[in-house]
Amino acid sequence: MDTLLYLGRRILQALAVILIVTVVVFCLLHALPGGPARGILGPQATPQQITAFNHEQGLDRSLPVQYAYYLGDLVRGDLGTSYTLNEAVSRLIEQRLPKTLVLTVLSALVGLLLAVPLGMWQAVRRNKPTDYVITTLSFVAYSTPVYFLGLLLILLFTQTLRWFPSQAPQGDTLAQVLADPAGLVLPVVTGAASMVAVFSRYMRAATLENLSEDYVRTARAGGASQYTVLFRHVFRNSLTPVVAMLGYYVPVLFGGALVVEQLFNYPGMGLLFWSAAQASDYPVLLGCVLVISVATVVGTLLADVVQRVVDPRVKEGRA
Amino acid sequence: MTGRVEAAGRWGLVAQFPAPLKARFARNKLAVAGVLVVLFFLLFCFVGPLVYSTDQTHTDLTQVNLAPSGAHWLGTDAVGHDQLGRLMYGGQISLLVGLAAGVLATVIGTLWGAVAGYAGGWVDAVMMRVVDAGIAIPALFILLVVSAITTPGTLGLIVVLGLVSWLVPSRLVRAETLTLKNRDYVLTLRATGGTHGRAVRRHILPNSVSTIVVAATFQVADAILLIAYVSYLGLGVQPPKTDWGGMLSAGLTAAYSGRWWLIVPPGLAIILVVCAFNAIGDGLRDAFDVKGRA
Repeated sequence: MDTLLYLGRRILQALAVILIVTVVVFCLLHALPGGPARGILGPQATPQQITAFNHEQGLDRSLPVQYAYYLGDLVRGDLGTSYTLNEAVSRLIEQRLPKTLVLTVLSALVGLLLAVPLGMWQAVRRNKPTDYVITTLSFVAYSTPVYFLGLLLILLFTQTLRWFPSQAPQGDTLAQVLADPAGLVLPVVTGAASMVAVFSRYMRAATLENLSEDYVRTARAGGASQYTVLFRHVFRNSLTPVVAMLGYYVPVLFGGALVVEQLFNYPGMGLLFWSAAQASDYPVLLGCVLVISVATVVGTLLADVVQRVVDPRVKEGRA
Repeated sequence: MTGRVEAAGRWGLVAQFPAPLKARFARNKLAVAGVLVVLFFLLFCFVGPLVYSTDQTHTDLTQVNLAPSGAHWLGTDAVGHDQLGRLMYGGQISLLVGLAAGVLATVIGTLWGAVAGYAGGWVDAVMMRVVDAGIAIPALFILLVVSAITTPGTLGLIVVLGLVSWLVPSRLVRAETLTLKNRDYVLTLRATGGTHGRAVRRHILPNSVSTIVVAATFQVADAILLIAYVSYLGLGVQPPKTDWGGMLSAGLTAAYSGRWWLIVPPGLAIILVVCAFNAIGDGLRDAFDVKGRA
């Protein structure tokens, strides 16, 4: 019952947050110099053309009324039409989002697969040279701009060793992208690096915390080996909260994808967003922002709920 | 180290005698190294040009893309700027904007968090949902939208970076305020007729100073990183001005032609400075004994 109440309240909060995001996006759209008319008709448009356009599009109505229409469109999945690509924004995102998801999910997987063992290893070897070296490396990885790492990888693996191409797989469909795994290596590695840095820290902390719990002492007193303690007990109890942290990490993943896609010319949503920024294509920009915000809110909600279910001691500290 | 002491302390195995703040900070070698690195880069960027003077406004097309040599220690870039001089010149903007934006973000976040936490109730709920909404829109995306609307100058850049990154400090300060506002001394002040404003100014903010200082340090690290991204995406300060991220934005073509000296020095400078501020933040956090970054 308690959990149900909590769940209900969190979902209401999430909806409120999404509503605030739509207000922000709506305000940005209307804060544009000259408004959307100027954006669509171009700087050459006469005042008469702009008035006619505004009337036709309902832009001469009061802002609250327009916001209501905007919300209505959103609910029906209509994010507007791109100024430059002459296609529905929802359609564009539909085409690009799967490719970005492939990139981010692969990066997250590779990142976790490296971070979890590294973090556990550090916890076991706490305050020994191994721990210090990995800690320093994750400090450095965290402080490295994603694109700088990408450039170094291109210098090394494309220019010098010629192992991997610096151009990500092109193509409109997911199948075409996946048909060229070599092209995905550098983008995925570049995206995974900061994940390794952050999540190995989480894993180290979670493992250390579990190692100091009473149940570990009990298990050890009962004669459990280091191996059993680590992999039967501590691993499971540490992994779930760390994986749940992924939910909070959604905006960082998208931000990383933006840079990685631009650097390796990978045709995902990040590149769509970047070209839209170059072309001042506001409906595309704000459509993408909205989609990413909703993903972030859902990610945070899931993380909060999972943490609460996994560990009932977690109360709402974050509110 | 600290983990072990904490665990021992929790079980009452050792009494804890906190050493003076400075001594506790000085024990953290990484943090001290961080201070030295920051000092070095401040000297390098602001005093360096007096010693190693170069022309960073005019291009010199007879001296383009030279590899490092005795005349140009770090070579020259595609329009003939001396790369070592440019590293100093660009660093001025990176450090200045990073510091200013980090401090601005902390000030906004502190005020927002203190008011929300102290007011409580629906005011708190609404203010914190606004923070949630802000966190839901990744800063990089907002910055790109802003750049599509207008091209900010240096001051504008500081304001915009500050406005997108105050959210985390506001959460930290709010949490701190929640624990402070029901302390006896705050209740006493209220009971004897002190105003809310006075309670926040006299008790809540001074007692949150350690949290705020630590948050500010991490905030500066993040701001320096963020301005590097912004410039890399071509939205930062415009030529002939530059910053370390801007120097890297020409990096892709340089990488393809193997001109590492155009990429590695500004990249390393960013990493070193960001690492240094993070290390200082870690050291301060341990010295003040406050809870970590959100």
